[in-house]
This record gives sequence, structure tokens and C-alpha cells, in this order.
Amino acid sequence: MRAVIAEDSVLLRAGLVQLLGAAGFEVVGDVGDAEQLLALTAEVRPDLVVTDVRMPPSHTDEGMRAALTIRQNQPQTAVLLLSQYVEERHAAKLLTGRTRGVGYLLKDRVADVAEFVEALHRVAGGGTALDPEVVAQLLVRRQSDPLDQLTPREREVLSLMAEGRSNAGIAEAMVVGESAVAKHINNIFSKLDLSAADGDHRRVLAVLRFLGVPA
Amino acid sequence: MSATLPASPRVRRRVLGDPPWSAAARRHTAFVVAGLPVHAAGLLAPVAPLALGLVLVPLAVNLTVMLLLTLVFGVSYALLLTHGFVLLTRVQTSRLAALLDIRLPGPAVRRGLAQSLRSDVLWRQAAYHVAVGPGIALGGLLTLGAWACGAGLLVLPCAAWALPATSPLNLGAHPVTVTAGWLLGGLLLFVAPPLASAVARLDAAAARALLGPGRAHELQLRVDHLAVSRAALLAAADTERRRIERDLHDGVQQRLVALAMKLGIARATHPGLTPELKDLLGEVHAEAKEALTELRDLVRGLHPAVLDEQGLDAALSGIAARAPFPVRLHVSAEGRAAPAIEAVAYFVVSEALANIAKHAQAARADVHLERHADVLRVTVVDDGIGGADPGRGTGLTGLTQRVSSVDGTLMISSPVGGPTEITVELPCEL
Repeated sequence: MRAVIAEDSVLLRAGLVQLLGAAGFEVVGDVGDAEQLLALTAEVRPDLVVTDVRMPPSHTDEGMRAALTIRQNQPQTAVLLLSQYVEERHAAKLLTGRTRGVGYLLKDRVADVAEFVEALHRVAGGGTALDPEVVAQLLVRRQSDPLDQLTPREREVLSLMAEGRSNAGIAEAMVVGESAVAKHINNIFSKLDLSAADGDHRRVLAVLRFLGVPA
Repeated sequence: MSATLPASPRVRRRVLGDPPWSAAARRHTAFVVAGLPVHAAGLLAPVAPLALGLVLVPLAVNLTVMLLLTLVFGVSYALLLTHGFVLLTRVQTSRLAALLDIRLPGPAVRRGLAQSLRSDVLWRQAAYHVAVGPGIALGGLLTLGAWACGAGLLVLPCAAWALPATSPLNLGAHPVTVTAGWLLGGLLLFVAPPLASAVARLDAAAARALLGPGRAHELQLRVDHLAVSRAALLAAADTERRRIERDLHDGVQQRLVALAMKLGIARATHPGLTPELKDLLGEVHAEAKEALTELRDLVRGLHPAVLDEQGLDAALSGIAARAPFPVRLHVSAEGRAAPAIEAVAYFVVSEALANIAKHAQAARADVHLERHADVLRVTVVDDGIGGADPGRGTGLTGLTQRVSSVDGTLMISSPVGGPTEITVELPCEL
């Protein structure tokens, strides 16, 4: 897995290079601003891009805009955004169209090395990694709808699902068995009125409805 | 116990008055005398056109001409009044400045005729020139008379030889008459300076009260000044909060993230550690992460970057999501308000949600943000136990203070048993 890192803080960039190296990625380049990131990504076509949102010159959302460009031009490249704060509109923009190979995490999560590495692999493997804060923020917008019928436990399952975890991952996070998770998920599907005829897409549809992203 | 007043020059002067040869006496006299023609003009200003009008009345042969004349006369009279009084006021203020060194701030800005007639500035000027002026002028005449008669009585006996014996000014050479004349003259010269001072003081006081900016205008100026300085103060505090946020984010926070990450890497990639070292590393790592969380909360309370970059909607969704109970957010506010106002609105919601978490025992809360023209309205409702009292200190007092610092209003409805509703209205601009 070849990765590119974009981060303007030299200290943090060096740490990320070390971390991704230790996690089994081959870091093919690291840059300090969005312009260099776009040039390098187009040139080396990495499997994964890890980028800060706030970068020079204006220190606002250069990284975010670069990520959207990369997702459009190089759909095969997975993108993980790191940000000082997470905000649901950014997430909605990133998730519009495809939810494959995209992640959006709070910068502080880097400190939880094991979880962060897990998220890196998930995103690089075509999965999603959404920060729990984004998921919580998306819920704040919700008006009255079927999601209100979910039990707290079912909401927890759904939000872990929204973060991009598999059934096994959810079971581990909640410290329950996988069969219990499957039971919760079935309850969620029936409460959200997602029929079995839709097959495996029900999982994605449930998450999208949960996140309020127009499917 | 009564203290004896020291006989300072100031006190002596107050009792005996300025001597006739002193500079003060000369200055006050000059001031009073210079005022005489101006006050006379002030008295004539309204009277002369009236007299002219009376003269013109016989010319009004029929109704139309009479109405026309009345109209022309009325308008020119009003113009004469406004412009005449303004001119007279200018002369008087320059007299005060030149002779007594009293500088009156100019009256309010010149406006149109209708506005001038409505404003109190014109009527206060009229009161000075027409009502106070004649009295002052009378005082001025008396002063002038005291000087002239005093000087005349002193000089006349000396000049007796030059006058014909039949002249009424010839007081004769009789010692008693001459002495009486001298005494009276001396007395008049002695009285003249304090009289001049009194008239000058009276004139200056009247001018200050009637020609200077009125009380209402002064208060208006003061309010304007205070509004500007308060806005500057708030903006400075706001800028400072941003600066601290930026410094923390670009410096301390990045370092802490890097540190915590390196500790995490060390834990994950060094299997050969002794158990003690492993525990220690784990503890240090946990503490670094805790410090990061604390720093992030601190920055959020100070001034979150998301507020600057994405606005209130995004910033509020962040704090609503972190509340330990479900919060629904309804935002219908297009556009951005002034930065200091947005900061207050953010603080209101953040503080209100913190209060609910601490005291309300609520199951949920609703936050509404609406903008009506230039008013930003924030409403926070919870389904808790109610009974919140803004008079009982703690968070609500801080809220009230922060809201009133930008001329906002805060209303709390919190019957015992709930629900509690806090409504804050803020102007969109400072």
C-alpha cells in the first residue's frame, strides 16, 4: 500500500510518516501544502492520501478541497482527512456520490495509535472511517423520523456502523457477541422499513439515512 | 470649631473686588462693552421685521395680496430668525473666546429650516438673544455708566477752571462739593469692576447654558463616544480570544498530538519492554491524550476555529453533539452576523447546555437559531425540572452579562417543574 501524507506541521508530519511506516504502508511522499499534494498525487498515484484540512496559504480548507479534487480525478485513491474540528457539512461533501475509501477524523485520534491504524487500513481497503463526533453532529439535525424509535443500544450499533465498522468490529467495540449485533441490525432494518429484498444494500441505506446524507 | 479663613489674595479680591486698574477689570469691562451692540442687535432681530410688517400692512389692498405678503413675510421672517440667530450666536461665541477665553463647543450641525425650527437649539439661542440679552445689556449699560460717571466725577473738579461758571458740569470750587464729587466718583470706580465681573459672569453662564450644546446633545455625544469605545473593547477582546486560539492550535496542540502519537508508536512497536516500563509508557500516553482533550475543550470554550471558518450553524452543531443528552438543532439564519455577536451567541448556547447538564435533569433539549432582519434570536428549551433563577448567581449571571455587553436581551421562563426556556435576542451588528 503506497501512501502520501500532507500536513503543514513538520513535527506531526514526521510522526505520521513514522506511524504509517510502522503500520505497513510505504510512504512515497510527504508534503506541506495542498498544491504540492495535488501535484504529487497525480504523479505517483498512491493508494491512500492522508491530509490535514487546514493548510497554507490561507489555513482554512485547502486540504478539504484537494481531497475532493483527488476523489474526483483518481477514484481509486482512498482519502483520509484529519482536522482540528470535524463538521458534518464537510463529511456530507466527502460522502456525496461514493462512500468507498473515505475517512474524516479528528486530528487528536492520531494519538490512539491502534484505532487510528485500524481506520487507515479500513479506508485504504475501500471502507469508511467517520469520526464519532461527525456522527453525533449529524444526529443533531434530525427532525422527527423513524430513527426516534430506535433503542439507545440500536443507535449505538447504527453509529458504529456509520463510522464504517464491520459486524465483528461493532461486536468488539460494544463488548458483545456478533450474534447480538446481527440481532440489533435486523431490528434496525425493520424499524427503518428496509425490506430484505434489497439484500446487502440495506446496511448502506440504513447508514445513509442515519447520517441524513441524501442517498 | 470654625477655622479662620486665610486672607489669601483670592478671598480679598472676592470681598473687595478687583481694583479698577487690574487686568481682570479691564478684560471684564471690555467684554461687557463689546456685548452691548450685539445684544442690541439680538433684541432688534425679532422686533425690526415685525415693525416692517406693520408698515407693510396698509399696502395689502386685497385678500390675495395680503395672503401673499403674509406668506413672503412669514418665510423671510423664519429665515431671518434662523440665520440671524446663528450669525449672532457666532459673534457671541467668538466674543467669549476672544475676551474671556471661554470656548463653547459649537451648537449642533446646521440643518434645514424645518428642522431648525423644530430643534431646541434655535429656541435656546432665541432665548439667549431676546430674553437674556436685554437684561445683560442693561447690566452692561450700568457698568459703562459707573465707569463713565466715576471717571467724570474725579476729573471734573480738576477741570473746573476750564469751564464757564454757568456750565452745569461746573461743580464749583466749593470744597464740600468737590470732596463729595470725588468720593462719589471713587465709589463708582470702586463699584464698576465687580459690576463688570458680575455682568460678564452672568453673560458667560447664560451663553454656556443656552448657546453651547444642550444637555440632550451632550448626552448624545457621550453615548456615541461610549458606544464606539465599547465596540472597540469588545472587538479587542474578541481578537485576543482568536489569537490565543490560533496560538494554541498552531503550537501547543500540534506538539501534544505529535507527542501522544509518538508515545503510542513506542507502545505499539516495542514488544521487548519490561512490564514496569510498559505500564509507565501506558500511563504517560494516557496523560498526554487527556491533556489533548482538555486543551481541545479549553479552545472550544475560548473561541472555536469552526466558528470563524464555518459560522454559527456548524459551531453549534458541534456543541449540541457533545452534550450528554440528545439535543436538536434548528437553524434558519442566512448570512453571518458580526464576529463578536456570533461569539456571544455561541457562548449562550454552550453555557445554556452546560447549565442544563448540571442542573435541569433534562431528557432532551432543543436549540433554535433564527434571524429576523437585524436581530439574531437564540432559544434553548429543555424538558427538565425548571426553577432556574437568574438571580442566584452561577452560569445565568455570566450569560446575562455577556448578552448585555452587546445590547442583547435575555429572557428566562422556568416554572418549577419545567420546562425551562431561555430566549436571547442579539443585534446582528455591534
